[in-house]
Amino acid sequence: MRMALYMLVMAVTTYLIRALPLAVFRGKIENRFVRSFLAYVPCACLTAMTVPAMLFATNSLISGAVGLAVAVFLAFRGKSLVFVAVGCCASVFLVEQILMLLAR
Amino acid sequence: MSAQSMFKKEFLAGLRASLPVFIGYFSVSFGFGTLAATQGLPFWQATLISLTNVTSAGQFAGLTVIAEGGSLITMMLSQLVINSRYALMSLALGQKMGKRFGVLERLITAFYNTDEIFALAMAKDALTVPYMLGLGVLPIVGWTGGTLLGALVGAVLPPVVETALGVALYGMFVAIVVPQIKTSRPHLTVTLLAIGLACLFRFTPYLRTMSSGLAIVIVTVVAAAVTALLFPVSESQEETA
Repeated sequence: MRMALYMLVMAVTTYLIRALPLAVFRGKIENRFVRSFLAYVPCACLTAMTVPAMLFATNSLISGAVGLAVAVFLAFRGKSLVFVAVGCCASVFLVEQILMLLAR
Repeated sequence: MSAQSMFKKEFLAGLRASLPVFIGYFSVSFGFGTLAATQGLPFWQATLISLTNVTSAGQFAGLTVIAEGGSLITMMLSQLVINSRYALMSLALGQKMGKRFGVLERLITAFYNTDEIFALAMAKDALTVPYMLGLGVLPIVGWTGGTLLGALVGAVLPPVVETALGVALYGMFVAIVVPQIKTSRPHLTVTLLAIGLACLFRFTPYLRTMSSGLAIVIVTVVAAAVTALLFPVSESQEETA
């Protein structure tokens, strides 16, 4: 019973946070500052989640940093989403393998 | 092109775009399933939590509250603080949806407005309902399926493979941000500001004790607000922003 309540509170809270702004503000917002602000939210938010968090998401700072550098390089060269994501994973994998060999 | 084939084309485009999210979600939620199992949750409960929440940080925090036997208020507050960034994202996404999305479409797609799906939706030139529906399917399947498998079989993936797969989502974020900062000075500004502020919250004493969910909200609001003051968008710019 307790578990069911936990799960219900989690799901409802999370859904309402997402759904209310979408359902309530349906018209175009006219205020220029608010529109500018919202235009920059995606970039700001994605960056805040990635740097520096990605450096600490792997088993070593080095592999995280290399993964980030590879992703930035590939994206800068105009590679696709999938290509950048796979290249990023592969570089982290390679670097961690090398680090494990060196640590032996 | 008929309305039906248009729908199919957009839906499939959404599916295709979400493939990296599927891969990333599967591995991250695998970790969530494993963790939930070690804390004594039956596999179906872990899976149900993933299916009904579709969010990483919020679920991990929720699991902590469950493990500690916290109150329902604590549970609600933890979800509010960690997931409040979604309110900002939904607000931005709602403007992008415009008149093409009615209330029902908004209420459905809100359910899976995750960091990654939001990013993909905002990166699309003209966001349509079928594209947005297509974006949701694979990530939800990956997130729920990964949890189920993780809870059932635990640590079958070597940790190094799991770690490598876990950065897929970061790679995708980079792939979305970099093309924008290459061509737009305001976007370069907001990105540099966000990096500086995020580092401040990560490394400064006191500030670094703040929950990462709350820190992301503050960094986003400050960076976007400062940039909005420096570079207000005009009507014509907005189409390309």
